[in-house]
Parts: sequence; structure tokens; C-alpha cells
Amino acid sequence: MTTSQSSHTLLKPNRPVGITGYGAYVPRYRIPAREIARVWAGGKGGLPIKEKAVPGLDEDVITMSIEAARNAMARAQIDPQELRAVWVGSESHPYAVKPTSTVVAEAIGAVPHIQAGDWEFACKAGTEAIVAAIGFVGSGMAEYALAIGMDTAQGKPGDALEYTAAAGGAAFVLGPAENGLATINATYSYVTDTPDFWRREYQKYPEHGVRFTGEPAYFQHILSSSRTLMEELGVSAKDYRWAVFHQPNAKFPQRAAQMLGFTPEQTAPGLLSPVIGNTYSGASIIGLTAILDIAEPGDRILLASFGSGAGSDAMDITVTEKIDARRDLAVKTQEYIARRTEIDYATYARYRGKITMK
Amino acid sequence: MEISRHWRLKQQRYALVGEVCPHCDVKIFPPRDVCPVCGGEAKTTFAFSGKGEVFSYTTIYEAPTGYDQTVPYTIALVKLDEGPMITAQLTDLGEQPVEIGMPVEMVTRKLRNDGDERGVIVYGYKFRPAWKMPSQA
Repeated sequence: MTTSQSSHTLLKPNRPVGITGYGAYVPRYRIPAREIARVWAGGKGGLPIKEKAVPGLDEDVITMSIEAARNAMARAQIDPQELRAVWVGSESHPYAVKPTSTVVAEAIGAVPHIQAGDWEFACKAGTEAIVAAIGFVGSGMAEYALAIGMDTAQGKPGDALEYTAAAGGAAFVLGPAENGLATINATYSYVTDTPDFWRREYQKYPEHGVRFTGEPAYFQHILSSSRTLMEELGVSAKDYRWAVFHQPNAKFPQRAAQMLGFTPEQTAPGLLSPVIGNTYSGASIIGLTAILDIAEPGDRILLASFGSGAGSDAMDITVTEKIDARRDLAVKTQEYIARRTEIDYATYARYRGKITMK
Repeated sequence: MEISRHWRLKQQRYALVGEVCPHCDVKIFPPRDVCPVCGGEAKTTFAFSGKGEVFSYTTIYEAPTGYDQTVPYTIALVKLDEGPMITAQLTDLGEQPVEIGMPVEMVTRKLRNDGDERGVIVYGYKFRPAWKMPSQA
């Protein structure tokens, strides 16, 4: 990667890197926010989203990552043995010790000549894996690498986060730009130690800093990463066709977009939190998959993730003409969203293991 | 604990990897190294497409040990497009009724814990209603 002493430097690989394939996954169950409010708030108060996606009893980050990876590989049209890395970012890996990534790699036929590992950086573990994959491919060490962001997010019963903590995510095959359906022009990451949200070891549910999660955490990091990336590239919001931001609720990403100069039209296709909730490590990148599902060659996209703790990865992406031949090779994100079975709070409590059985 | 068995069966369970007979081209699942049709040696691996249809089915309300957390669930005889018939759980049915002849596709899901929640998680194939791709609309 090309770097300098400047704190405002972009990450650009020596060898241009692109997105060879992408795939989303959203489980089929939905609990409306009004149902959670019915149980915990007497049906009163504002709701941060319309509804959120809930995994079935037989789903976890491993099974969901496998399906997203299969979708990404279907669009990439490469042999799984060409992958040299399978990296999964999540804050809900099924095991404390035993990689998610090895099961995913085995299921898609990518073993054994690969790097495999699980990434953790709250909600930006997925984009952290993508940036690493850009470096891996961009250095020439690998021809292709698979990076996934996927979560079955935990929300304490009755807590504000229970309305939004959802399940879903996306997988991306990174490869040489000449075979990419989109080119990643540059990335920039902005990271500080900010205690806005955490989950201690052996704790089932996370804690958060309530209002502290806004200005010093989400907005400071996501605005800094996005502004620096655009300034260094000499572009502004009007130079992009689309933009997608980490979306812990419906309000934050819309406000961030507005502060950066983006219009609602630019962010609408990637703003999925109102209908699937906050998919944590998957949140910004599943929005990117929804954009790629409709994008046209030449479209420029700004993506900015956010992970508590805290940091943001911003990416500048340009769609290529290869998108048209590949996007129909797997299920589209909006098709997953349209596949929907509504559940009540009791079923949700069972599906999410909130009922003590022994 | 049956971790050695789970490890041995991972490829067939995760991705429906069976065998194809090099003599008569019959597709074999589960893999058994001997062709059930011509009796010849058949060790060539073959990845099934995961597409098939429901041949028959039943719903389980009183589950065997290890599967009781997910009752009620439906199991089916699934006739794979490539020929073999296998038994598997159906999943992601939502409110959709199951019908004989219904097209289904393989997904990899959690089957059960090996023992209790301290054991390994056993993953394997299940089938869900086939997704109608835009090209098939």
C-alpha cells in the first residue's frame, strides 16, 4: 500500500483492486419495532426503524456468511481455489474459540491453501477485512480474497438497541481491478479510542454510552473519514451517484449524509436499516450490495462504515461495465428483504435464545 | 462426542459433495466409493447443484435427542436433480405449505449441538423452497 507521513493519507494499492463479486444475506424473519414497543414501552414512544431482520433457529454468522459467500462467488465466476483468504468480520461469531472463517472456507470449497481468520471491530469488522483484502490483492500476494461482514446482533431485552439489533450482512470477492465489477479507487480509515459501545467477555449483551454514541463516536469518525477521503481525492458529494453509511438506525446515516452534502436520492438505495435494522458488521456493506444491484457502469459510490470503539473506513468506488453481466447471477438484496415472515415478540424471544430453558 | 465423525462427513454435509461413477456416470450421494448401479469403483468427487424436489415429507413434533430445540420441523425425502434421493430437514418455510413436487434448494444450516452447548456445532445441508431467480421469471 502507498503511504506517507501525513495523517491524512489515502490507502491505495500499487496494483489496482476491484470487487470481483458480491453477495448479500438477510434472514427471512422480521419483528416490527412497534411489537417491541408494545412489550416494553406500552406501545408508546418513537420508533427508530420500521422492523428488523431476525435469524431463524438454525442460523448463525457461519450459516449466513456461507450463503452470502456463495452469492459473491456466483457473481465472481471464479474457482474457489483461486481465493487466498477467507476473512469474516463479526461481533457475533458462534464460537469464542474456533474460527468462523474455516467453516465458511470449507463450505465454499476454498480450503486448504488460504489465509483464514475472524475479524472484530464492532460494526466495522467487515470493512476492516475488506481493506486488508485490498492490501492482500493489491500487493500481489493474492489474486483473490473473500471478505465478509455478518452479524446476528445482540440487544438486551427492553434496551434501546433491541429495536434495531438485527441479522444480515454481505460478502465481497476482492480481485484485480481488470476483472472487477467495480474498482476501489482508494480507502481511508479514521480510528481513535472512544468508549461508546462495548461488550465484556462472557457478557451476553453489550453496553452503550447512550447519547455519547452520537457526536464523539458515530459522527466524528464517519464525517472525518468521509471528508478526508473526498478532500484527498479532490471530490465532493456531487461527484458521486450513490453514498452509503453505517446505519445503526434510520436517523444517523441520513443526518451524516446531509452534513456531507449528499441528497436523499443519493442515499436511498443503500439505506436499508428502516426495513432490516442495524446489521452491525454488515450494515454499510449490505447497503453497498443494494446499490450495486441497481448501479450503472461509471457510477461513483462513497461508502463509510463505522465501528464502535471507534473507527470508520471510507471507500471510493467506481462501477465498471462488468456489473451488467454479473448482478443477475445471484439473489438480489431487495429480493431477500421482500422475502419476509413477520413474528411476534414471543417467537423472537425463542429464536434469539432469550428464553432460559434450564 | 462424535467430533471425528463430524469432521469426516464435513464436505458432504456442508456442500453436498458426493461422487460420480467413472464407468456409468451415475451420481452418488452419500459417497460410498462403489457405484450402486454398476458395482465399479467410484471415488471421483462430485459437487451436487443442491437443486431438487420434495418426494415426500412429514412434520416432527416429538424430536429425537439433540433436535428438540427446533420442534416442530419438517423433514423430507428430496429427489436431487442429479438423481439420488436424500433425507433432510426443510427450513425457511415461513407460512408456505409443503407440497410433494415442490422445488427446493440446499442451504447450509445448524443441525444441532454435539452433546450440549459446550460441544461443537454441527452444520449441514437442509433444503428450502427454491428461489426463483430473475432469469427464471
